[in-house]
This record gives sequence, C-alpha cells and structure tokens, in this order.
Amino acid sequence: MAEGILIKVGMADLNIADGGAVLKTTGLGSCVGLTLFDPELRIGGMAHIMLPSSDIAREGQLNIAKYADTAVPELVRRLQSKGASLHRMVAKMAGGAQMFAFMGGTDTMRIGPRNVEATKHELDRFSIRLLSEDTGGNYGRTVELYSHNGIFLIRSVQHGVKEI
Amino acid sequence: MKLFRNDEAFKLDVLREVGNIGAGNAATALSTLLNKPVDMAVPTVNLLPFEAIAERVGGSEAVVIAIFLRVEGDAPGNMFFIISREQARRLLRDLLGFSAGENEEYSELELSALNEIGNILAGSYLSSLADFTGLRMSPTVPSLAVDMAGAILSYGLLQFGTMGDDALLIETTFLEGQQEAEGHFFLIPDPESFEKLFRALGVPI
Repeated sequence: MAEGILIKVGMADLNIADGGAVLKTTGLGSCVGLTLFDPELRIGGMAHIMLPSSDIAREGQLNIAKYADTAVPELVRRLQSKGASLHRMVAKMAGGAQMFAFMGGTDTMRIGPRNVEATKHELDRFSIRLLSEDTGGNYGRTVELYSHNGIFLIRSVQHGVKEI
Repeated sequence: MKLFRNDEAFKLDVLREVGNIGAGNAATALSTLLNKPVDMAVPTVNLLPFEAIAERVGGSEAVVIAIFLRVEGDAPGNMFFIISREQARRLLRDLLGFSAGENEEYSELELSALNEIGNILAGSYLSSLADFTGLRMSPTVPSLAVDMAGAILSYGLLQFGTMGDDALLIETTFLEGQQEAEGHFFLIPDPESFEKLFRALGVPI
C-alpha cells in the first residue's frame, strides 16, 4: 500500500499515483492543475500545465508536461499503461488564475484563462468528462488528489480549503 | 538550457553589474524613504529551474507580498519586489508610523502604500539601468498581490517557459542594519532581451 505517500508534481511536470498515494502540486497561479481519475482502479494522474499550446515552444527537447496539448495525451497514456480505461476516466481541475490585473491585457496576461480553455479542449478531444473545476479568479492555489477516492482538495490563502 | 553561446562567465558578470547598478539606486531610494541606511547584498545571477526560483523566497507555498510590473521598451522583462508579511509590517511602521495590527488583512491604505514603495523602487532601478545602457526601459503600472510565492512568480516565467524549464534571474536582497533580508528584487529579462542588453553595453555577442 502506498497510502499516506505524497507524490509532488512540480511546475511543468506530471505524475500518476495509486494505492492510496496523494498527488500534490503547489502554488498554481496562471498554471492549471489537471487531474484524471479512474474510480474502478483507483488510480489517478496529475499535470501542472503552464502554457496552452506546444505550437509556441522553441525549446530543443520538448517538455510535454508543460503544454495542455501534450500533457493531456501523455497523462492519458501513462494511466492507460497502468490499466486505466479512457471511458472510465473523469477529470477535475483548478488554477488558471489571472494573478495580476493590467489595463489592456496582452495575450500573456490572459494566460490563465487560455490554459483553462486549452485543457478543456483536450479533455473534449478524448471525451473525458470534467466532473468539477475551480478555475479563474486572481489567487493562487495548491491542490491534492487522493488516489483511493478521487477527492480533489484545493487550498488558497484567501479562501481556505475546499473539496471538489 | 544554455542561454549564451560563449563567454558565459563574463556575461553573467555583466548581468551582475546590471543588478548592482539598478538595485544600488533602488536601495538609495529606499534609504531616503525610510530615512535610515539600507544595505544590499551583492547581486546574484543564476539560471535556475522554475521550481528553485520560489525557493529563494521561502518556497512555492510561502505567502509573500509581491509588487509585479512588466518592463517595456527596448529590453522587455518582468520585475518583482518581494517581501514577507512581517517585513511589510515593519516597512509600513517605519515609513508611515502605522502601528499595523497583527490581523491578517491589510487595509486599502496599507496596500496602496506598499504598492507605491514598490513603484518607487522599481522606477529607480529601471531608470538607472536605462541611463547606464542607453536603452529605453519603462515600467508598467505596478500590481500588488498577497499570495503564494509559486503562484506569483510563475507569472514572470512564461517568457522563459517556451524555451525550457529554467529562467535567468538577477536577484538582489536588501538588508536593513543587521536584520535579515528586507526585500528581494527579481529582474527576469525576456530571453530576447539579453542580446540587446549586451549590445548596448558593448559586450561581444
């Protein structure tokens, strides 16, 4: 049993967990914390998505956990390789805030909402149902996914702890 | 990630000097505001993994007060002035004589005062840098947040995000007397800005 084990997911990182282990990512601002969960196998995955699309990538070695359009397929693949089934998978997500308000609002400043949109688009593409979300706003979040029951906890400075 | 093709050590030295000049002026401005001496540590220039950047101010979940502004002009980038909640209380007390209560919430007036301090510091940092380089660099209106360091700083890493998982950070800490760091100044030039900075300073690219 991996119960009680905490698996940390860094910025632009993804991982999977089962046996009761908890996935956690901290300090989500404009980034999106996406989780996928197979309730029958009690296995879950989490991605800390930083940017909407790998089209804008100029890096040599692409970090596929960083972009919505590459992180979602990879998370699905990782879960499937452990026996999870795509049609049982359900999603929950949080983040995509707009931490600072600016006049004018360039594309970069709207990155939070764009990350949310791009992630939803990917979920649609795989026909994964989004059970619940806590996105937007102007505050940071830390999130946890409990792999034994799929509970998704969200902590923030201003709003305390919330479960979705 | 490799940012510079050659002369890396020398280029990092040049950026350290950029931090020195900017923060030196900001420290003078802060000292004038507080009417007491403010020292600063020698700036550090590091190419750091995203995760490590929030560690500089206590970790991704540490609650900090950040004044963020975007640098516009010839060499765009992101700038943060970051202080802890205790340091902010001290600043407000020293500067305005606010006997800040221990309650968590800041008043509108306190937030506005902190925002203005950040504005003055960032303005003096950038104007000295602009004078020194001859480049046009102007700050946007500053924006203040009281939140997790990771959530705040990740905003300044997006430009680097498309290139890799590290960002180049020019960091200066302020010290007041023997106290611990009073504040952190982070300048994160956009990746494209380095060439312009080096060109302006006569550094072969």
